[in-house]
Amino acid sequence: MGLGAYVAVSAALFVLGLIAILVRRNVIYILMGIEMILNAANINFVAFNRFGSMKLDGQMFAVFVIILAAAEAAVALAIVLNVFNLFDSVKPSEADLLRE
Amino acid sequence: MPSLAFDPALDFKLLLAVPAIPLIGYVLQIFLRRRLPHGDKLLTFGMFVVMCLTVYLGAKGLYAAQHGTRFFHQSRDAGLGFGWLYPDGSVPEGQNIVLGILYDPLGAAMLAVVGIVSFCVHLFSIGYVHGDKRYAIFFANISLFTFAMLGLVLADNLLVLFIFWELMGAMSYLLIGHFAHDPGQPFFHRWATWACKKAFLTTRVGDVLLFIGIFILWDKFHTLRFTELWAAAQATVAENGGEFPTWLTWAGLCVFGGTVGKSAQFPLHIWLPDAMAGPTPVSAMIHAATMVAAGVFLLGRMYPLLSPTVLSVVTVVGATTALFAATIGTTCYDLKAVLAYSTISQLGFMVAAVGLGGVVAGMFHMTTHAFFKACLFLSAGSVIHGCHHVQDMRLMGGLRKSMPITFACTLACTLAIAGVPLFSGFYSKDKIIQAGWLQVLDVEHFNGWALYALLALSTAAALTAFYMFRLIFLTFFGEYRGNQERHRFSAMLAREGVEGPDPNEHAAQELHGAHAHAEAGHDHAHGDAQGHAHGGAEHGHAHDTGHRSPAHRVQPIAHSVAHEAHGAGHGGHAEHGHGAHEPHESPPVMTIALVILAFLGVFGGHFWLTSPQTALSGHPWFEELVTVPSLYAPELERSENGIDTTALAKWAAPKLSEHAREHHEHLVHRAHSLAAWGSTLIALFGIALATLLYVLRPELPGRIVGALGQVYTLVRRKYFIDELVEASVLRPTWALTRTLKWFDENVVDGLVKLVGRLNKLLGQLSAWFDKVFIDGAVNAVAMASQVFGAAFRLVQTGRIQQYAAFAVGGAVLTAAWLILA
Repeated sequence: MGLGAYVAVSAALFVLGLIAILVRRNVIYILMGIEMILNAANINFVAFNRFGSMKLDGQMFAVFVIILAAAEAAVALAIVLNVFNLFDSVKPSEADLLRE
Repeated sequence: MPSLAFDPALDFKLLLAVPAIPLIGYVLQIFLRRRLPHGDKLLTFGMFVVMCLTVYLGAKGLYAAQHGTRFFHQSRDAGLGFGWLYPDGSVPEGQNIVLGILYDPLGAAMLAVVGIVSFCVHLFSIGYVHGDKRYAIFFANISLFTFAMLGLVLADNLLVLFIFWELMGAMSYLLIGHFAHDPGQPFFHRWATWACKKAFLTTRVGDVLLFIGIFILWDKFHTLRFTELWAAAQATVAENGGEFPTWLTWAGLCVFGGTVGKSAQFPLHIWLPDAMAGPTPVSAMIHAATMVAAGVFLLGRMYPLLSPTVLSVVTVVGATTALFAATIGTTCYDLKAVLAYSTISQLGFMVAAVGLGGVVAGMFHMTTHAFFKACLFLSAGSVIHGCHHVQDMRLMGGLRKSMPITFACTLACTLAIAGVPLFSGFYSKDKIIQAGWLQVLDVEHFNGWALYALLALSTAAALTAFYMFRLIFLTFFGEYRGNQERHRFSAMLAREGVEGPDPNEHAAQELHGAHAHAEAGHDHAHGDAQGHAHGGAEHGHAHDTGHRSPAHRVQPIAHSVAHEAHGAGHGGHAEHGHGAHEPHESPPVMTIALVILAFLGVFGGHFWLTSPQTALSGHPWFEELVTVPSLYAPELERSENGIDTTALAKWAAPKLSEHAREHHEHLVHRAHSLAAWGSTLIALFGIALATLLYVLRPELPGRIVGALGQVYTLVRRKYFIDELVEASVLRPTWALTRTLKWFDENVVDGLVKLVGRLNKLLGQLSAWFDKVFIDGAVNAVAMASQVFGAAFRLVQTGRIQQYAAFAVGGAVLTAAWLILA
């Protein structure tokens, strides 16, 4: 299997995540979309590490991204809880205070 | 008895106190008049102190004169002087102006006269002005008036004299205009308003001349001190070979111009008859002790500076004034107008006396005249007061029964002014006529002007006796005509409507003089008369609260008609104390003043302030006190050595040779007897004529008037001097003011308005620009923001997913652009 397959999977995953972010009406799904995009990036890191001339830099970055994603998820879930408290809903269309 | 010798250390302080007391009184009264309920009595007491001081100091002068010691004191000799420009005295006197006191025989006599007359006027005013709205102010002003005259008499140089001179002019303005602030007295209100202006402006003409004269003297002599001026003038004349230089003649004429204005000499006399618009005590002050006396006093002080030319002018002006004012006096019906013209006439006597070389005689007449004229004016005030403020002599008559004290005083003073022997006026007038005779009899130096003056003065003396006795007969003898005349006049008023009751006599011009004012007064008088007749009830009520009815002939009648109607309508009108219409005697506070003045008016000429011996020897006290050497010699004798100048020869008869002196004494003797007999005959002739016309044959005056025709009208209208002045001075001035008004309204105002309009136009332009462009720009910015805001607002939905969509869209577009590029 060549690099193209990896990149194709990664691109598919990215597009799916992006669609989730743009379309889903629940914040949880949006967070999941974000995770999917991050993991699309991870696949790219690992794939380019495998087929590139680097030693283990890509692997290292993938691990960092996973750690970063864990932290981000924690913060994001906290935000979601507060949003729910404020709006009695987790629909992003309801939380439109940024308009003000 | 304490010594009556002059003590410079103490007496100069007393002399300073003399003007200071009325000044302090004025300040107190003007500032504290609400807290001083008895300020009038306080001021009168102050004047009493002043009178005592002046008499005491005057007695010192007489004492010195009788003991043959020189009585000539200057405060600067005693070290009392105040450098005005440089108080520290670092500058020589030629450039500094030093104020000081000069107390010489003339000053002593004048000061005593002013003190006594002022006190009597104050005393009289308590009764006369009582109830007036501006009573307190009146007392303050009359005190300052007195202060000004006292200061003027004490001045030792021309500048100080001029300061007080002007102060007196200002005070006369305020006092003549006393009623100008009282609209409750319609006629007096208007009359006083322009009479005070007339007095002020007319005397101003003379004052300007006097100031020019002072300038000339300062420019040439660098001193204004009298004694130095005399000496300097004498030295100048000596240097000039016994002739007066032309500029000195001009200076003398200018100084005399001041006298003409202040002492009401022809042709600037017109203000004095109108000065009657003030309260009667003010007239007494102006006509007797102050104001008009100041002009004559100045002439006495400046006598050594007057060249023969000036003296001729002085003689002619004085004699003309005396004669022409006396003729007017015979035709007046207003009580005070007769006295006013008599004052002008008597002032003419004094001025002519100075011109004739009889400076002592002139000054003597000034002092005697002050007493009897003050008494006559106050008596007139008493009569007017008693007759309910009627001034027309045709509405009086028979008053000797109801007002015995006033009658006695008036008669005594009338005898004095008429020049009946043994009364004071005889002595002084006699001296003046004697001075005239002396000039005329001196055939070697024939003087045509003196002859003219002698004739004019003699005629004037006869006329004086005539019109004064006419006054007495009309006012005090016969029957009281007030009531029946009122009925006659009221019927006439009703019949003729607004027409005057007596058109031949130019009723309105009677008091006014000036034609234009008379016109206004005429209309006013009738309008007012009707007003009174219809709505006189208030006036009836106001009467006992010091209301003064209009003095005009028509008005008092209408007034009393209204008064009467009111009295009849309400029955109990008599309770206000004036009785129905019967004249009554004045209160004691007024009659006391009258009696004092009448006593001095009768005896002031001969016996006052003198010992019985002097009285018997025929030397009046004034002659003892004031002689030419005692007045001017102290300064002049210093530079006298061997210089025989005309200036000195004017009065120094002893300088003549032995033969000439004998001749001179002979002349004096002849002049004396001629004058004495002449005066007596003249006075008796005048009195006899008045008796004939007004007692024995009362129908004669009317026939004489008819026979005289136009001549009578000429005199009655005061020779049309007022009209002449109006035509020559007032009308051009008015025309000029109208032209200037037109110029101001059209050209100056036009320019101002043009500038204003331009500014307005510019402002409108600026406003338009501001509105359209500046505001437009600002608004446009706001509008643009609004539009863009509204547009961008559509993007800002607040929905995260939309934002994300935009971001993705943007990224896709960027990527597309990168790839395609």
